Parts: sequence; structure tokens; C-alpha cells
Amino acid sequence: MDNELRLFPRLAWSRVRGQLEYRLSFALMLIGYFVMTLADFLAIWVIFQHLPLLAGWSLGEVAFLYGTSYVSFRIADMVVGHLDMLPTLVRTGALDTVLTRPLGSLYQVVTIDFGLRHVGAIAQGLVILVIACTTAGIPWDAGRALMLLVTIACGTAIFIAIWIVGATTVFWTLGSGLEVLNAFTYGGNQMANYPINIYAGWLRRIIAFFVPLAFVTYFPSLYILAREDPLHTPELLRFASPLVALAALLVARAVWGQGIRHYQSTGS
Amino acid sequence: MAIIEVRDLSKQFRVARPREGARGPLARVRREYTDVRAVERVSFDVEPGEMVGYIGPNGAGKSTTIKMLTGILVPSGGRLTVAGFEPSRQRKEMARHIGVVFGQRTQLWWDLPLADSFTLLKHIYRVPDERFAANLGRCIDTMEMAEFLRTPVRQLSLGQRMRGELTAALLHNPEVLYLDEPTIGLDVVAKSRIREFLTSLNRDAGTTILLTTHDMGDIERLCRRVIIIDRGGILYDGDLERLKARFATERTLVVDLEEPAPALDVPFATVERVEGPRQWLRFQRADTSAAELIAAVARAARIVDLRVDEPSIEDVVLRIYAGAAKGIAINDPSPG
Ligand SMILES: Nc1ncnc2c1ncn2[C@@H]1O[C@H](COP(=O)(O)OP(=O)(O)OP(=O)(O)O)[C@@H](O)[C@H]1O
Ligand SMILES: [Mg+2]
Repeated sequence: MDNELRLFPRLAWSRVRGQLEYRLSFALMLIGYFVMTLADFLAIWVIFQHLPLLAGWSLGEVAFLYGTSYVSFRIADMVVGHLDMLPTLVRTGALDTVLTRPLGSLYQVVTIDFGLRHVGAIAQGLVILVIACTTAGIPWDAGRALMLLVTIACGTAIFIAIWIVGATTVFWTLGSGLEVLNAFTYGGNQMANYPINIYAGWLRRIIAFFVPLAFVTYFPSLYILAREDPLHTPELLRFASPLVALAALLVARAVWGQGIRHYQSTGS
Repeated sequence: MAIIEVRDLSKQFRVARPREGARGPLARVRREYTDVRAVERVSFDVEPGEMVGYIGPNGAGKSTTIKMLTGILVPSGGRLTVAGFEPSRQRKEMARHIGVVFGQRTQLWWDLPLADSFTLLKHIYRVPDERFAANLGRCIDTMEMAEFLRTPVRQLSLGQRMRGELTAALLHNPEVLYLDEPTIGLDVVAKSRIREFLTSLNRDAGTTILLTTHDMGDIERLCRRVIIIDRGGILYDGDLERLKARFATERTLVVDLEEPAPALDVPFATVERVEGPRQWLRFQRADTSAAELIAAVARAARIVDLRVDEPSIEDVVLRIYAGAAKGIAINDPSPG
């Protein structure tokens, strides 16, 4: 594990250098990111125009849920987003090389790329979050500030876990993997964005406990926002996100391990 | 003690095919599965310092075996240890002790200069500075790589890249080196350069080498021992010379004469084919040597050009089957 951590900057830098090798395309890429980021910031305005006043939540509160979930999701995207290359790695047999090296396979797939381009989207989420923090009427204190950081960290971990599990399905469903993955990750983000009491009961239970999206932001936010839970769940759940995140990561690691054992490589 | 131990190793692949007549969106869901038996109950040992040719026709199961030995694939059955490790369960630990080159894949960083791949691998395998410098230096000298070290990998020729791949696989002084078709697509010069390098590596560093190839020339130059696999099972395991004496007995002399002539009449050879001035003469290793035959032909006609064709691996496999049908013992009683 220490070898993996030590190598990270070197591998990340090699990716940036690899991109620099193609100078023109790197310049185009930078322009692209800039335009995308600009569009992201324009989108904030649109988002605030359209955030619904849902089931007894104020605009500021909804923005707070949206912002925390969005920032977590975007950080997770930066770290593991290129797992969507996994179907290609499997199909081309490039995963073979990964498996002959003295490093963790998941680690190597994740460091195949470094998602610099996501910085803009993370910044966008942070702006939404800052606006929400000042308008949601939060009774700020040290505990709540700390809880905000914990929430984002746990949310990121949960999204990373979902991403990994979603990507791993490719080992069983060769070919149709990408759609499944996107349903998990982007769909999950969409759901976590809104207060879960707007969903039907059965869906709510799945979101809360099976794919633990409710722990990304809903439960901890109840504490930060000092709100009654319209669903009257036990208070303890508001502080359970770190445990849930840890469990999610462990499950993801186990599922990945099973996936690798199922890896069949290619015939040529 | 054997450095590679393989016992009853098997691998089945589960492959899906759409159900007959299935159409539309559900065709992918409603699939039937069949098992392809790629490797079936294969057993062999390789001693430290051996250089073994693992050969057989297309689809025989060579690459699948190597993928199990390297920990890429989890076996469906049987046991194997490599340098004391169980590949699929101790993959990461074992990786420091083995090197792998797949002729059809690359382990180099496509978009970086070749030298940068070596530096990254140095850090991945934690090779000490002096050892790295020594190993790299030796490869650069013996395989003449100095002039393309700064070239991005994607711009290298196949032969240059293959020298890079070999270097990359050897920077950490592996005890075992697996080569899956290392000379595929290379020209004569590039092939012989790689063969020479492998010979010296095996001689000087004592590296154990297991290599697959479709090129009998590779085998003749490099291996004293061959393992022949076909349809997932081992057909022959033993000395190359004995194999040749027993099953690769038939060779062909191809001569280009100065002018078209009727089929030549020389002892111990039968003319198989005549095409203008070119004739194909089949002869048995036991009856006559190529040199004697060439001399005999030269007495009968003027030779412009000639070559001797060795039987291909596919021919040898066919003859082993034919021999087995006649009850000839296949396996060498004293392998290695
Ligand atoms: N990933 C895979 N999925 C399904 N079938 C496979 C896979 N890999 C190999 N096979 C099948 O297993 C058998 C053995 O294949 P393998 O690649 O080991 O052969 P090989 O001896 O390396 O042949 P070649 O000389 O063509 O490289 C073949 O029938 C092949 O179709
Ligand atoms: Mg092969």
C-alpha cells in the first residue's frame, strides 16, 4: 500500500506529461475545459431558477443538499471517473499488463488517467454550496462545520464505492457494462441531489439502505440544517455516514476482487 | 527444486452466444453459455535456468497457460506454483519475480518516450539505482537501443518496440521470463538480435525462460527442451533433438536450377513438385544430410539458389498424431 501511495504523484504526472506530448490537442483540451467551466457557472444560475420548493424544504436547504452531493460526486468523478474506460481495457486485453505488475489492480486502473478537467465542475459545486450555506439559515458552529467536511468526504467515498461496483459489472456483462455503470453513477447523483422524502417509500428504502445514497447528504444534512426529519428516522442515522462509507468501500473492494477473478482476458 | 510446477492445470472459458433465433432488445439478455476447454489437465515442471519452448498450433492453449502462470487468469482446476508463489492468490508478490512479454500487447506507456517507461517501471518495481543503471545499460548495449530511447513509444518500429518490451520485462531481474510470441512480425535481423540476447540472458543471468512461438527457428536456436500442446493437452514433453529425430524427420530441399529440367533423380530424395526451374525434394533426416543431398543435386544440374525447409510445428503435431495411431511412444522418458 505504501508503494502505491508513494507512486501516485509520479503516475499522475506521467499522465499530464503524456497529454503534453500532443501539444496541440493539449491546448484544445485547455480551451475546452475553460468553455465547459464557463458553461458550468452559467448553469448555476439556471439551477437556482429551477430548484423546486419540495415537500417543505426551503430553496436554501434544497441548494445545500444539491451542493454537498454535487461536490462529492464531482470529486469522486475526478478520482475514479475513468473507470468508464474499463470495458475498453477488458475488451482489448490491456488489463493483462495491469495484472502482471506488483501493484493493486484497482489502483492501476484508477491511475491510468488523471481527471484534471473536473476541477471546473468541483469549483461550480463549491459555489453552489457556499451560496446555500449562507442562505439556508444554518445555525453554524464548530460541530456543524466539521460535519460539513465529514459529509463531503463520506459522500465522495460512497460515490467512489458505487462507481467501482458499477464498473465491476463489466466483468460479468461484457459489452453492456457502460450503460449499467452510468445508470449507477449519474443516476445515483441525480437521486442524491434531492431530499429523499420526495421519493416513494420503496424507492426511498433502496436509496437509504441498499445503495446508501441517503447517507451521502440527506441524513448528515438533517443535523447541519437542524431540521426535523419528515420521515422520523432515528437521530443516530445522522451520524452514521462514516461507517456507511467505510462499509461501502469495503464492499466495493470485495466486489472488485471478485470481478478480477472473473476476468477472462481475450483470445488474441 | 522446480521453479515452475504445474499439476493438472485446467481452464474453461465461459462464452455467451445469442440464443438461436433471438432478436431485438432481449437478444443480449437471453443468451446461452458454452464452456470452451482451453487447457485441460496440463502438468509439467521447469527447473531453474531452463529455456523451454511451449509450442503448438493456433488455439492450442499456449497463451492461456501463460496467463495462468502470470496470475492474469484464475485456473478452473489444478495447482501451480511459480518461484514458490501461487500466481492467482499471490499475484502482487509474485510479480517482482517474473517478467512477461506478450508480442501482441505493449506494457510501455504509449505516449511517453521509451526511456520514461523504464523510469516509471524502476519506481513501480523499486529497483535500486545502481541495479537499474546496470540492467538498462546492458540492454541498451546488447540490443543497440541508444538512438531511439527518447522516441515516444507510439513512433517506434515493431522491432524497436520489442527490444523495449524485453528491457521493460527485465529491469527488475526476474527469475522467470515468459515470452508469448516475442518474434512475431519481426524481420530476420530483428529476430536474430532477440535470439542472441535471450541466449546470453539465459547463460549469464541464469534466467528461466518459457517461450511460445510459431517459428521453428526460434525453437532451434533457443531451446533444448520443448513442450508441445494441442487442443489444451500436452502431446510431447522432452528433448528437441529427439523430437526432431522421431517426428520432424521429413525435410524439404528447394532448389532453383539454372534452367527448367525434368524431375531430378537423386538418391534418398523424391521430387514432390516441379515449377519451371524450381524443384521441391523431400528427404528423410535419417537417410541423408542436407549437405550430401545438395552435393548430389549439384552433380546432376547447376544450382542457382536453394533453401532447406524444416517441418512446421503444425506438421510435427500431425505426425505425432499419426505416430500415436501406430502406437509409437510419444513422450520422452527423460524430460529435460
Ligand atoms: N478470453 C477468452 N474467452 C473465450 N475463449 C478464449 C479466451 N481466450 C482463449 N480462448 C479460447 O481458448 C483456446 C486457447 O486459446 P489460446 O489463446 O490459449 O491459444 P494459443 O495456443 O495461444 O493460440 P495462438 O497460437 O493462436 O496464440 C482457443 O480455443 C480460444 O478460442
Ligand atoms: Mg497465443
